Amino acid sequence: MDVRVLKDANADTDARLVRRLAGDIDGTFEDLVRAHQDGLYSGIRRLVGDPELAADLSQDTFIRAYKALCSYPPNRVRQLKLRDWLWTIALNVVRSNARQQGRRPRQSQLLVEKIVDANSQPETRALNSEDEQWWRDELSRLPAHQRTAVVLRYVGELSYSEIAAATKRPVGSVKSDVHRGLAVLANRLKGKIQS
Amino acid sequence: MKTSGELEETTAQLLANFAVLAPDTLLAKVLLGAGVADGYHSYESPIGPVFVAYNPHGVSAVALGEDSSAFEAQFAERFGRSIFPTHEPNRILDRQIRNALNADTTSLLPVDVRGLSDFAVAVLRKTSEISPGEVRPYSWIAAEIGKPHANRAVGSVLASNPVPLLIPCHRVVRSDGQIGDYLFGAERKQKLLTHENINVDELARNAISGRRYLGSATTHIFCYPTCRNARRITPIHQRWFTATNKAVDAGYRPCKVCRPHAA
Repeated sequence: MDVRVLKDANADTDARLVRRLAGDIDGTFEDLVRAHQDGLYSGIRRLVGDPELAADLSQDTFIRAYKALCSYPPNRVRQLKLRDWLWTIALNVVRSNARQQGRRPRQSQLLVEKIVDANSQPETRALNSEDEQWWRDELSRLPAHQRTAVVLRYVGELSYSEIAAATKRPVGSVKSDVHRGLAVLANRLKGKIQS
Repeated sequence: MKTSGELEETTAQLLANFAVLAPDTLLAKVLLGAGVADGYHSYESPIGPVFVAYNPHGVSAVALGEDSSAFEAQFAERFGRSIFPTHEPNRILDRQIRNALNADTTSLLPVDVRGLSDFAVAVLRKTSEISPGEVRPYSWIAAEIGKPHANRAVGSVLASNPVPLLIPCHRVVRSDGQIGDYLFGAERKQKLLTHENINVDELARNAISGRRYLGSATTHIFCYPTCRNARRITPIHQRWFTATNKAVDAGYRPCKVCRPHAA
């Protein structure tokens, strides 16, 4: 499918979600998670590397989003740009996790830790583990702002202005972060192909 | 050899291809954590396995643990929320549930009462005060919550008790002393009461012979027959009454623990 068509469909879904959220958060939240979990999880996983940590951070992101939604007046909810907003929260979660790491192990405050996984399948689909490790290493070598920009652009499929909004950086800096980051990765890829 | 522009495009494409699906458990964890959906776990009880559903507000539902997909469907139908199977909930809630199911304690189990009327909440609260091994008539609940004529309404609240066993509606019996109906069937009610060391045959005999209240000839106090004080009365001092006014006329006063009311 054409990527642009897919993106428009997503934007349309978000507009509808936001309208429904303004009237009924609890009844709409499940659909919000269903619509955004794969995108957020993919991006966060590219940012932090570890699949389990990525799942935990995705969970935190959505729960923070839920709490925030409950505290907003309907007018504010109606004006949300859902994807940018979720990514803003996600980036905060990722950043604060990075700050806390090393200081103490992550402690979850949740009611329940273990969900019964009915069809536990290998959760990385069509991923070659060798490639996975390569990308993980190379992405972790990039400066954080470049890594974030590249991941949001190509994994999250956010526009430059959306990335600028989520990272609170000027659009110009975002563009150069994306280009520099991508150039470094392309260069490494070239080395990998040649070796 | 590729140009650097082509190479960057390939890199971007490879990055995009790495989009993965979120783990299957993420949705459930998020919805449970936010309190938008409930989790449930299967527990052993005196009447066999039961499903116990819970969320951050407390325990939300109890059902016979026979068919999980039927339970999930019924739950969604009744409460309008999704529900996911989980391992045990956190340790405190898990212990509270186990204690309540085994009638070990009258526990401080949190119950999710959202969506229930004030009247229903009052009925359920009062019901949860009945100790294991004791029974009270519907009319007692009605009188205790200040609605002395609402016996039938009490009955219908208990017939749709969202958390049977944990809120012990099986300890509420008909005002004539018969065991009466139960939302899991009268047979299971008998089983539960027997499990709590109540002699259900004796309850039935008392009902037939009109023995509603039991007094002590030494203290001149009268009780419901299953009250912990009544059970201590030695047979030689037992005095049976068919109505509270007969007991009062005989110079007896109501027990302060079980607070017998006129049926």
